[in-house]
Amino acid sequence: MQTQEYQWDITLGLKTSLFEEQRNKQLAKRRIYTVVWIVLFAAAFLFSLVIGDVTMEKILNLPAAWNYLKETIPILRMNSLGYDVGVWYARGDIWVGHLVDTILIAFLATFLSVIFAFVISFPASRNLIRSTSVFFLCRRILDIARAVPEMVYALLFVFAFSLGPLPGVLAIAVHSTGSLGKLFSEVNESISMEDVEGIKSTGGNWVQTIWFGVVPQVLPNYISYTILRLEWNIRAATVVGLVGAGGIGMELMTAIRQFQFKQISAITIMIILLVFFLDWVSEKLRHQLIGGEKLI
Amino acid sequence: MIQTKNINRDLITEMEILVPEAFHIPEKQRRYRFITISGIVILTVISLWKLQINPFTIFFGIGKFFQMVMMFFPPTHGGWISEFIYAMGETLAMAFLGTLFGFLFAVPLGFLAAKNIIPSTIIHIVLRRFFDVIRGINTLIWALMFVNVAGLGPFAGIMAIIITDTATLAKLFAESIENVDTSQIDGAKSTGAGPIQIIRYAFIPQVLPIMLSNVLYFFESNVRAASILGILGAGGIGMQLYDRIRIMNWPQVFFIIIMILITVAVIDTISKEIRKAIVANPEYRP
Repeated sequence: MQTQEYQWDITLGLKTSLFEEQRNKQLAKRRIYTVVWIVLFAAAFLFSLVIGDVTMEKILNLPAAWNYLKETIPILRMNSLGYDVGVWYARGDIWVGHLVDTILIAFLATFLSVIFAFVISFPASRNLIRSTSVFFLCRRILDIARAVPEMVYALLFVFAFSLGPLPGVLAIAVHSTGSLGKLFSEVNESISMEDVEGIKSTGGNWVQTIWFGVVPQVLPNYISYTILRLEWNIRAATVVGLVGAGGIGMELMTAIRQFQFKQISAITIMIILLVFFLDWVSEKLRHQLIGGEKLI
Repeated sequence: MIQTKNINRDLITEMEILVPEAFHIPEKQRRYRFITISGIVILTVISLWKLQINPFTIFFGIGKFFQMVMMFFPPTHGGWISEFIYAMGETLAMAFLGTLFGFLFAVPLGFLAAKNIIPSTIIHIVLRRFFDVIRGINTLIWALMFVNVAGLGPFAGIMAIIITDTATLAKLFAESIENVDTSQIDGAKSTGAGPIQIIRYAFIPQVLPIMLSNVLYFFESNVRAASILGILGAGGIGMQLYDRIRIMNWPQVFFIIIMILITVAVIDTISKEIRKAIVANPEYRP
């Protein structure tokens, strides 16, 4: 009896020491990773502080930002509220016009980009095109269109087309052609090929195959992506004006550059309300498309 | 021959009666389609008229644009390479510090705005609306305001990124905290854990991977944002780009654009690898 207990204790001890050994090994491995992470992180942090021009003086100056924001709060008195709001939104009618322009810029840009993305997305889908070179060419065009930010396009187009909404429309259109085209071609690549084979077997040419075999399958996804993109493009349209490409951004730029504090808050509130409204509409619309009957 | 045709036609008529929707679009759907298409056409005409876009401006503009693009080649740095690299460093520093501090501020705010941590409806609604308002103002607009406050340079860009990222990340964090598996909370509670211990042992292990992978996504998107913030004077490569466009030095403009594209691609790849490592293997986590 005693010997048995003794033996049992030995094996338990062996097992425990084995376990401990394994655990220590894993902990050591983990410690190495922790040290590597910390070193990399510290290096990046110090580098950023130096290059990023973060000085104590600038950090201590941050309350100035608070004062700046306080300046933008309008004077609203209870007994003359209507008059005060009237003063605050003295240029309200002009701003509403620019806000409408902003939405129209985004709409036109989305409209153009849907057409281009629709056309390019089919040759950019691996399952719909036999020629590898055409496929790669279309994919690269979409990649390049997508990779350059809207604001860079806006700067270049403002130079070529002069100030106004047109460069804004084109800048947003080019960028979102890239994004939508990529999304569309990914949708195309996930379709069931049976319909396509069916159209092909009746002797349909490439365009007919796409139109009758692919489009009915992908259209709901296209519409949902387009609505999301329209929402994104309206947000983009509020800022392309900062470089002179039309819309409410141009007014905001002028207000900020001229230190018209009350106007800054007035325009910003209009933009925020537009964005809120947009979120709401886009959500409703997409829910209706998902849940409701087939509308288009 | 003629007979076969007739048989086919009979078959077709029969099928048309049996399954009419295979031959005609239903009335309701046709009406919706008509309304949608005519709405789009009308809106397009209104936009073209309201925005005063006419074929002449487009035509001349395209001509001028292609002239410009011709001058893009060959892209050169014109001896400014070290300045460009320094500016790119500024851009990366802005993105890094902006994301880091945005994350640090967003974690406590995210916990405060989560319904299952703070059960007060008022705090929940006020915080969420506050985040929405901040997010409603674009980073570029924040940058413009901070340039007025802190002067030209990367600091304004860092602050702009911190502000918008704090609000956006806090919202995402609050949502992921609200979606945690409650059984782990019960488990921690059953061992007699206090509120801080519950957060440490039941919430953090569940939400940390989501938080980290979100932060990496935000770093990528901030590198893109930081590369254009300079256009408005907030430091980084965008400032150089804007200067080159103003003096019409097109080869250098093209060089900077290529630099931005390469940097963004490299950062995306690195961040994708880190995200894979962090999310897949807990042992690589710090």
